[in-house]
Amino acid sequence: MARVVVEVMPKPEILDPQGKAISGGMSRLGFTGFGEVRQGKRFELEVDGEVTEEVLAQAREAAETLLSNPVIENVVAVRAAEEA
Amino acid sequence: MTAATTDPTIAEAGAESGVSIGVVTFPGTLDDRDAARAVRLAGAKPVNLWHADSTLAGVDAVILPGGFSYGDYLRCGAIAGFAPIMESVVAAANAGMPVLGICNGFQILCESHLLPGALIRNDHQHFICRDQELVVENTNTAWTGDYSQGQTIRIPLKNGEGGFVATDEVLDELEGTGRVVFRYRGINPNGSLRGIAGITNEAGNVIGLMPHPEHAVEAGFGPEDGGGIDGQGFFSSAVRTLVSGR
Repeated sequence: MARVVVEVMPKPEILDPQGKAISGGMSRLGFTGFGEVRQGKRFELEVDGEVTEEVLAQAREAAETLLSNPVIENVVAVRAAEEA
Repeated sequence: MTAATTDPTIAEAGAESGVSIGVVTFPGTLDDRDAARAVRLAGAKPVNLWHADSTLAGVDAVILPGGFSYGDYLRCGAIAGFAPIMESVVAAANAGMPVLGICNGFQILCESHLLPGALIRNDHQHFICRDQELVVENTNTAWTGDYSQGQTIRIPLKNGEGGFVATDEVLDELEGTGRVVFRYRGINPNGSLRGIAGITNEAGNVIGLMPHPEHAVEAGFGPEDGGGIDGQGFFSSAVRTLVSGR
């Protein structure tokens, strides 16, 4: 089954408390090579048939209206998933 | 029900004029019964509305209560914003009907673009539950007319995602036009920008706030300090607004 992947991230200027908590956990576990952590979301949308330009356009619209809130999040990617 | 409201006159007027206020229940809503009780104590008739309804059953105002609609999946209030009943709520709100969103209801109002901004996870990453002081900064709304300008009220606050955020331009506009209705006093419990606890739309009929006035409407059941009934004014204000509009 073909899929479209949508990725959403909190806007850079918006505080990301989840990312901060994860960053704290990282350093407690000794993963010291990293600075700030930000947590986003990945959606996988199943597609009947081919991932056409029309399907991608619809996914982009869904990404902007439902999957993300433009006040606090950016849609960073809407693309066809690589075949597994 | 024998408990008295602060203003029996307005409660009587509400009962006589048959003011009805709808309380919407989404799957995962928790505070619908307390909201309905607050409406009843203020002299109006609470009407239960269901998320899958498409009409508002002729009510005069609507409350979107607190809880975790649709399990807070995706984003708090995001799925509820697309619930069938919200089409009617948005249309009625735009036509001037008083609408109050409490906690998850505030999140729903932001997600459905009736109010600007958004609510994100508390900056300290913890769920918080406390009696919270607020300053009432705008008494010219459908839900705050019974308070006095600058009055401090104490009502419960309980949220995990109550940090109000918006762009600087939006925040400036809200402050410049008196649309910040409530501001946290003492501490900022969730990292809300500029200490904003509640806002209104341009017309003043739609209000959203994180703290819970419906939990402070009867002595002995609300916050112990300050009498515990500071939330009554929301509901008596709405009843007064609706009665005087008839």
